[in-house]
Amino acid sequence: MSPMTSLSASQRLQAFANPARFMALSARLLAPLWVVSLGLLCVGLYYALVASPPDYQQGETVRIMYVHVPSAWLAMFGYSLMAAASAVALIFRHPLADLCAKSAAPIGAAFTFLALVTGALWGKPMWGAWWVWDARLTSVLILFFLYLGYMALWAAIEEPARAARAAAVLALVGAINVPIIRYSVVWWNTLHQPASVFRMDGPTIAPEMLLPLALMALGFTFFFVTLLLVRMRAEILRHRVRTLRLARAAASAED
Amino acid sequence: MTRAFFALIGRDLRLAARIGGGGGMAVFFFLVVVAVVPLGIGPDLNLLARIAPGMLWVALLLSSLLTLDRLFQADYEDGSLDLLAMGRLPLELVAAAKATGHFLTTGLPLVVAAPLPGLMLNLEVSAFPALMLAMLAGAPALSFLGIIGAGLTVGIRRGGLLASLLVLPFYIPVLIFGVAAARAALFGFPDGVAGQSLTLLCAVALASLVLGPVAAAAALRANLR
Repeated sequence: MSPMTSLSASQRLQAFANPARFMALSARLLAPLWVVSLGLLCVGLYYALVASPPDYQQGETVRIMYVHVPSAWLAMFGYSLMAAASAVALIFRHPLADLCAKSAAPIGAAFTFLALVTGALWGKPMWGAWWVWDARLTSVLILFFLYLGYMALWAAIEEPARAARAAAVLALVGAINVPIIRYSVVWWNTLHQPASVFRMDGPTIAPEMLLPLALMALGFTFFFVTLLLVRMRAEILRHRVRTLRLARAAASAED
Repeated sequence: MTRAFFALIGRDLRLAARIGGGGGMAVFFFLVVVAVVPLGIGPDLNLLARIAPGMLWVALLLSSLLTLDRLFQADYEDGSLDLLAMGRLPLELVAAAKATGHFLTTGLPLVVAAPLPGLMLNLEVSAFPALMLAMLAGAPALSFLGIIGAGLTVGIRRGGLLASLLVLPFYIPVLIFGVAAARAALFGFPDGVAGQSLTLLCAVALASLVLGPVAAAAALRANLR
């Protein structure tokens, strides 16, 4: 890699780092994003709740899957996004990356919570219990704890710049640990209940079920991105308000 | 550099010995936690024997957590952490020295004391060596992962509770492999499970030996700016 290309790459990155440019771009993107994500969700929900057949074993409860699976996917997507944004923030000091990680956390936590709740609702009729200490459930629960810890750290440190760096370190350590935790939980589960009957893989999924699932997954992802942009814009505005308040306080102190 | 590293460990050991009773307090807490369990779930000796390895590990985890928040906080308050950060010893090694000190004053005494509450919980004597070996391998991991939480929350009011929340998910692999090693010895699981979980526990401990100081130093730099 020559120094010239790396310079231009960082310059290109700098162009997007400009919050004013981000505000202008995101303002234009928001309306279409809302339309696409709500449209996909409406069509997806119609197929999921009305047009798709009930499962031959699980009956109507299979419809929970159309919300559960996209939520679980976004729970993991959210954490990956948070960790990636934190890495960018720590390495390139990209100001928007910190905001992106901070804004992604509550959305990811909400989807993780949704995945846990829909999983419990599905588990009650299927397994006869609201909660089972299954490897998958347990590791998603721990992922939820990681999200909460990350948000708690942001809330606990008063100064935004300091909070951003500390939270980024935590997100990266968490990202390294997630596979280890996941592996250890699987190991723990197989050690305790060798004859686990709880498997999602029965027959391969039918095409008339795959369509609503794909629509819902796509809709959820667009919805996630839309919410992320809204939150990031709110964070930038919050930062501006804070700067204005500090400036006013400094001015009144001089008087 | 080596001298500074060992001087820092020695300082922490002396501080622990002269103020706050050193490892004694942690051992006392460990015993109290174990004593509360039979009061909570009933004095059935068979049940107690079955859950003893898990209880001892949870007690070790809790005692380790409770001593975390003072790790950097005391040095932060009296300013010595700033001096350490400006000194020639890299912050990573400062963090490693702190974690070593924490292990020597908290983890090691608990491992040595573990047979006593083990007997009180009706744990088979034959399971003691495996349990203590697993604890000896796992306790450094608890200290070295713990400094991450301590570093992240330095300078925060009520940071102790937050540090526990942040660190607890990272402790889960240590807990799982540690309990598995002890239980495998206790219940005679198929050959190899005890050895496997002990090996995995050592792997987690070695990884945390590297990850802990690096992450804790990054966290301290963020907090000391």
